[in-house]
Amino acid sequence: MSYSQLTPGIVPGRLPADQIATNFDDIEPPFDAHEARVAADRCYFCHDAPCMTACPTSIDIPLFIRQIATGTPEAAARTIWDQNILGGICARVCPTETLCEEVCVREVAEGKPVEIGRLQRYATGVAMENPHPYTRAASTGKRVAVVGAGPAGLSCAHRLAMKGHDVVIYERRAKAGGLNEYGIAAYKATQGFAQAEVDWLLQIGGIEIRTGQSLGENVTLADLQSQYDAVFLGIGLSGVNALLLEGEELNGVQDAVDFIAGLRQSDFTSVAVGRDVVVIGGGMTAVDAAVQSKLLGAENVTMVYRRGKDRMSASEYEQDHAAQTGVKIIYGAAPVKIEGAGRVSSVTFAYTEDGRPGAETFTLKADQVFKAIGQRLGALPPGLQAEGAKMAQRPMARVWAGGDCAAGGEDLTVTAVAEGRDAAEAIHSELSGA
Amino acid sequence: MADLTSNFIGIKSPNPFWLASAPPTDKKYNVERAYEAGWGGVVWKTLGSEGPPVVNVSGPRYGAVWGADRRLLALNNIELITDRPLEVNLREIKEVKRKWRDRALVISLMVPCDEDSWKNILKAIEDTEADGVELNFGCPHGMAERGMGSAVGQVPEYIEMVTRWVKQYSRMPCIVKLTPNVTSILPPAVAAHRGGADAVSLINTVKSITNVDLDNFSPFPMIDGKGSHGGLCGPAVKPMALNMVGEIARHDETRSLPISGIGGVTTWRDAAEFLAMGAGNVQVCTAAMTYGFKVVQEMISGLSQYLDEKEMRLDDLVGRAVPNFVEWQHLNLNYVTKARISQDDCIKCGRCYAACEDTSHQAILMKPGRVFEVNDAECVACNLCVNVCPVENCITMEELPLGTLDPRTGRNVVPYSNWTEHPNNPSATAAE
Repeated sequence: MSYSQLTPGIVPGRLPADQIATNFDDIEPPFDAHEARVAADRCYFCHDAPCMTACPTSIDIPLFIRQIATGTPEAAARTIWDQNILGGICARVCPTETLCEEVCVREVAEGKPVEIGRLQRYATGVAMENPHPYTRAASTGKRVAVVGAGPAGLSCAHRLAMKGHDVVIYERRAKAGGLNEYGIAAYKATQGFAQAEVDWLLQIGGIEIRTGQSLGENVTLADLQSQYDAVFLGIGLSGVNALLLEGEELNGVQDAVDFIAGLRQSDFTSVAVGRDVVVIGGGMTAVDAAVQSKLLGAENVTMVYRRGKDRMSASEYEQDHAAQTGVKIIYGAAPVKIEGAGRVSSVTFAYTEDGRPGAETFTLKADQVFKAIGQRLGALPPGLQAEGAKMAQRPMARVWAGGDCAAGGEDLTVTAVAEGRDAAEAIHSELSGA
Repeated sequence: MADLTSNFIGIKSPNPFWLASAPPTDKKYNVERAYEAGWGGVVWKTLGSEGPPVVNVSGPRYGAVWGADRRLLALNNIELITDRPLEVNLREIKEVKRKWRDRALVISLMVPCDEDSWKNILKAIEDTEADGVELNFGCPHGMAERGMGSAVGQVPEYIEMVTRWVKQYSRMPCIVKLTPNVTSILPPAVAAHRGGADAVSLINTVKSITNVDLDNFSPFPMIDGKGSHGGLCGPAVKPMALNMVGEIARHDETRSLPISGIGGVTTWRDAAEFLAMGAGNVQVCTAAMTYGFKVVQEMISGLSQYLDEKEMRLDDLVGRAVPNFVEWQHLNLNYVTKARISQDDCIKCGRCYAACEDTSHQAILMKPGRVFEVNDAECVACNLCVNVCPVENCITMEELPLGTLDPRTGRNVVPYSNWTEHPNNPSATAAE
């Protein structure tokens, strides 16, 4: 059985195994020690540095870069982790081009920022070879439940454990890591990095993870409130927006998040992909689905976004990356109908005016369609209510929330880490002050 | 192309770039390669007296100071004078000089501080037909402990005495190479002049330890767990060398003494600076040891372009900056400048602000939007902001014209006046 890029339908192994392996290699290989020092030397050690202000976790970037430049990446990693315990994955997945590196004075001056993300990856990579550097304070005897082992939950748990509290994390999936493990393009977190980082984080002790525990199914918020001194909810956005279109139920039409999650848990050569793939949406999820379809060997991958290039939530860097991979991006068009008999065969789009479908239409051949038009809060436990699209950060007494499920900040890993950390500090002061 | 032909104390070379006495000039093979690359002359690595050859260490001879991207800023060495037999060197020198008539070839010498030693070696030297000798009174390591090198260079009376012997027993042009490891360079230079030297060359290397091995707790270069001081050379020593060259060039008793400038010459620009400060030619070592002999080609093209642009001859450049090299007391105390930050060029890094606020005069204001502006009422024109700014010419110093108000002092800018006439100077000669 051998398939090619031209094989119709949704099949695995469109490319030779070694080609697929190459395609999913580290998108940007790590610096070696000399490259890191040279890159670090470009940092001007700015006063009141703009990069630090732009970082949602407020890492002291000039300091950690100087520590690299002086040959102490371990100290640099401590500077990073003091603010962001998941600095390793953030170095890989942060859209640095819209955060720290966007405001780097050298980006502003020369269009070539200090490579902050890669430097952070270097420092954390070197230091993760060593034993976990943080230790726990004396036990407080307090217990905290964390729901969700994603970036927010892990960050919160680590900070709480450090303060001497005992933490139990309830995670609905089989593995910890949240979107780090299930929601990021594979080439951004190669060689099992997400799990390695979780293992490293847990070395601090005092954190128990219970997987396969879904809030509302295996455990209730009321249970947690009665058994623990505090509860942190880092439950993410488990709901997926639907197109609400004719043909959406056809075979071959699926949520991009499921494709991405499945791919991360699979041998890439066994992941089936269409010959003609259409991705609907303009965010990071859409880009990750489109690019990875291409890397698996889809012949034609087209991303279609309702609004203009400037409104797309995927950064220009990500759009360029998609284009370089061979993904075609169509701006200003919305789907009006998905066609097919049992299986999807094509999608008809209308060009939009101000985001709304206009009169002119076109049809794209499709044997696989990925929906990536946003995620939303899933069903909330009794007693909790959403405020708008998100949960409040203090939804009720002794309950905190953070990460994508909670109001405040963008839906980014780094923002989730910051919110988890800050919630832990708030929980700690309430538990120790009470 | 400007004419770079050089005539230094009667020694002619196609350009003023010579290789200094050092490892690159230790043997025929290297020297011929240097000439092929375009070097105008070489000073052959220092020869010693006849007898058992010098012994070098067999561990590292060099230490180093690096800048970003491992750019070599300085080398430090503990190598001694040539460790090849005298007769081999003399034979090769003779062969090379016969083959390369248009190039300068000077022989560096270091023998014990007695008349016979010098008298004996000079006879053999003259026979090589080399263009001149350079007396190595500079090396600060190894030989100095045996009473040679800088041990001589640090005692003006010895310099004068040995120079006299050399001039007495040889008709060859004699260059005296000076050590910077002295409190003032003037007494050694004056002594060389009095002894009859045709020129001085400086600087030799600076006594130094480049770094300390923090695992083995030994200075570097480390030989079996121990280190001794070495001699520092390369770009890092250039500022010290320029000052010493200039001091000799402007001093009453030595202003007519030709100078061969040495110390961190890496580019044409460095060479031009040495020439402007009074050197008649330059000698180079570290740049060649770092990049190979080919670097001379950039020095030749760069100096030539500069002279063309300035419509100057090589001789016009020599000493051109010397009249402007004055002592502090003659600087104009009424000259007022203020820092000016070009907002178009500013990249908002804030380094000027941090430097001024933390370590200087609190004369830079940080305004909303990271806008940095100079407060003239506090700016003393120290230039630190200019020096720490990563953008060239973003911060400049603007002169306040005569008659304008200096907001810092509340006084108008008035004509030239220096410390010798200043009312606060107890020994002022022309106080108003």
